[in-house]
Order: sequence, then structure tokens, then C-alpha cells
Amino acid sequence: MGNMLEAINLQCTRGERLLFKDVSFALHGGDLLHLNGANGSGKTSLLRTLCGLSRLQGGSILWRGENIQDLREDYCAQVVYIGHQAGVKDDLTTTENLCFSSALAGVPISQDQANAALSMVGLEDYVDRPARALSQGQKRRVALARLWVSRSPLWILDEPFTALDKKASALLKERIESFLAGIGMVILTTHQEIDINARSIQHVRLDA
Amino acid sequence: MIRPDLNNLTNPDNLQMSQLSTAVPNTDFTETGSQLWLALYRLFQRDLRIALRRRSDAAAVLFFFVISSSLFPLGIGAEPQLLRAIAPGVLWVTALLSCMLSLGRLFAADNADGTLEQLLISPQPLVLIVLVKTIAHWVISGLPLVLIAPLIGLQFNMPAQELAILALSLLLGTPALSLVGSVGAALTLGVRGGGVLVALLVLPLYVPVLVFGAGAVTASASGMGADAGLSLLGATLLISTVFAPYAAAAALRISME
Repeated sequence: MGNMLEAINLQCTRGERLLFKDVSFALHGGDLLHLNGANGSGKTSLLRTLCGLSRLQGGSILWRGENIQDLREDYCAQVVYIGHQAGVKDDLTTTENLCFSSALAGVPISQDQANAALSMVGLEDYVDRPARALSQGQKRRVALARLWVSRSPLWILDEPFTALDKKASALLKERIESFLAGIGMVILTTHQEIDINARSIQHVRLDA
Repeated sequence: MIRPDLNNLTNPDNLQMSQLSTAVPNTDFTETGSQLWLALYRLFQRDLRIALRRRSDAAAVLFFFVISSSLFPLGIGAEPQLLRAIAPGVLWVTALLSCMLSLGRLFAADNADGTLEQLLISPQPLVLIVLVKTIAHWVISGLPLVLIAPLIGLQFNMPAQELAILALSLLLGTPALSLVGSVGAALTLGVRGGGVLVALLVLPLYVPVLVFGAGAVTASASGMGADAGLSLLGATLLISTVFAPYAAAAALRISME
């Protein structure tokens, strides 16, 4: 099986400062890529470049051998990106938030499916509450609930374990493991000590 | 079109997971089309729903329009001829300023909570997303102005025919204002003092709309017929519908880097 996602000699500068250069890796189905680096080493910049939010400053990113800049929306349909901000609207209920983000990602789900996904992340008592009433960690859970309904083969997660309690972290770890077992691919950054079982785990250090 | 086999991604040994996996898979082309419309419809619905739950935002724009245009009869004095003569210009200028006032909210709220990122990396074309957001924005903050303007016009002693032309010209003009404004809102996203910057960027571009709109009402008042002004407004609306979303989408990508 060929490489699903391949990054070749990626480079990123912030202003005058070079954040990283010559970052290369290749991901196949079932692979986990753990991105390491100190604060400010460019982890988020790399993730944003990988999901197409930031312009590529050097090197190339190939999805199944094709440049992601040529694929654009077709590539976006294959990726779930969950960044620092939860992307949850305070004025909508948790169910409405999840239904909307799924429909936007091209996977329309019914209210029941959204409620089922929310109960998977332990928010069954909050399904009809406005997100305004939720804590930081609960909002993150609403964002992460997308992982239970998504059909994309690549997840890009920026610090997914931040603000989550032990139980939620365990749930997320389990979900990532089952996703990897079903030939999914995950790229994530985390400062927490979390050992995820995967067929192959790659580590990329940005400040090396 | 890349359609990898995604069916084996969901975990089969979990009962609730298999229930979830009945979500519509994107397997063929026609479904991709309907997904696009569904996503855009949901976006429109979401923006209106949020506006309904935060009515104070839309109400503020409407009250600004009502109060600022009502200040003119108070300041100038109740001279019917003079009021009637300045009415088209005054109402159009205040409507234009109200539209500009509401531009800040077009993308800023989505940017603050991270949903704008998700809109940018969604598989739906960004140009259409921007267009739908702008239409929703107009329905929330432009359409109420169109509806209430004839009522305000009564304060200025405007006759019925002029009131109708005023409403019609605003109906054609305010969507163009929202569309042109979306470019300015996208460019100044996340910039400190963005509100003033939007005014500087957008007001010069609003001039043609103002000239055609107020001109149409004035022309109809002097018996020349409003057709020319309204046609030009319609043309401006068409041109901005075609080009503004592209410019705004490009500006958003630059702002979000």
C-alpha cells in the first residue's frame, strides 16, 4: 500500500525566524504521528499547514501522491482538524453544535446520532443545554464528539487532551486506538504522558 | 474525486458506534451535491438561529437607524419642504452607516470561538460559505432597515410613491452594501481597531450605491422616474454578488494565516 500522507522537506518561518525546516514523514493507514517540541517550536503551525489553513512555505504535502493544494476541497473532506479553540457556538445547544459541524464536514447526522455521540463523551445530561453553560473541558468534549461521527481517514489533533479529565482522556485514547486499528491515521501533539497503542508510532521532534 | 473506503473506520464491536455509522456516507457524486446544499442550508439556519437568540445585536443596528435618522427633523426643524428635499439623502446615509456598523459581527464572532477555522477547512467551497454568511447577515441586519425605512420616511413628509421607491432602492442596495462590506470585514479580521479600518476601507466603495440609491428616490420625487437609478442599483448588486464573495474568501484566507 502506498503512502497515504507524505510530507517532504516542510519548512516554516514566523517573521524572520525559522521555526523548522526539512521536516519529512510518511503516514500509512493505522499510523500515529506524535509531534514533539517545546512551546513555540512550530507544532501548531505545522498542523495548520497540514490541514490547509496556513500556506505552505516550503516543501510539499502529498495525499495519495497528489499535491494537497491541487486537491483542495477533496483533501479537506478527508481531514478532521481540532485545534486549540473548540469551535463551539455559545448560543447553540451541544446537539445543534455537533449537527452543524458534521453537516459542514459533509457528514450530515440526525439529532439522535448527535445525542448518541455526545453521550459517548459523557455529555448525555447536556444534550439540550446551550454551550454557554458548559465548562472549558466540556466544550472540548463537544468538539471531540465529532471524532465519534466522522468518516474521515485522517485526524489532526492539536493538544486534544488539554482540559480533559482522566475519564474523558481515557475515552479519547480508546477512540483514537480503535480508529487506528481500523486503518485511520492520527497526527497529534500533546505534552501529557499518554501511551496510545498503535501498529506504528512515529515521533517527529521540531526543535531538534 | 477521492473516495477511499471509509466504511471500515468505524468500530464494529461497539453497539452505539454501529448506530452512529448509519450516518450518510459520501459515496457518489449526486450525494456530494446535496451535501453541499445541506451544509449551506445548515450554515444559514445556524446564523439566523444565533441572531434570534441574541436579538440585542440586530436590534442595536435597527435602533441606530431609527434614532440617527430621527435626529435630523429634530435638528433641522419642522419645515416640510426642506425635510422632504433632504429625506432621500438622509435616510440612505443613515441606512448605509447602520449597515457598516453591523459588519464587525459578520466574521468576528466565528473567529473568536474557532468556528471560522472549521469553515475554512470544510470540504464546501469557501466562496459559497462566504456568500451564504453574507446573505444571512443581510437578512438579520439589512432587511429590517428596508422594512422600517418607509415608516421613518413618514417623519420626513415623504409621499407614498417616494416611500415605495425608497424601500425598493434599499431592497436592491443594502444587499450590495453587505456584500461589499464582507470584503472589508474579512480584510480587517483580527486587526486592532478594526472598526475604524472597516469604515475607511468600505465607505469609499459604498459611494456608488449611495449615489444611485438616493438619486433614484430624488429623481422619482422630481418626476423624472426612478428607473435609471434602480437599474444601476440592480447592476451594482449583480456585480457585487459575483465578485465580492471571491474577494472576501481570499481575504479570509490571508487573515487566517
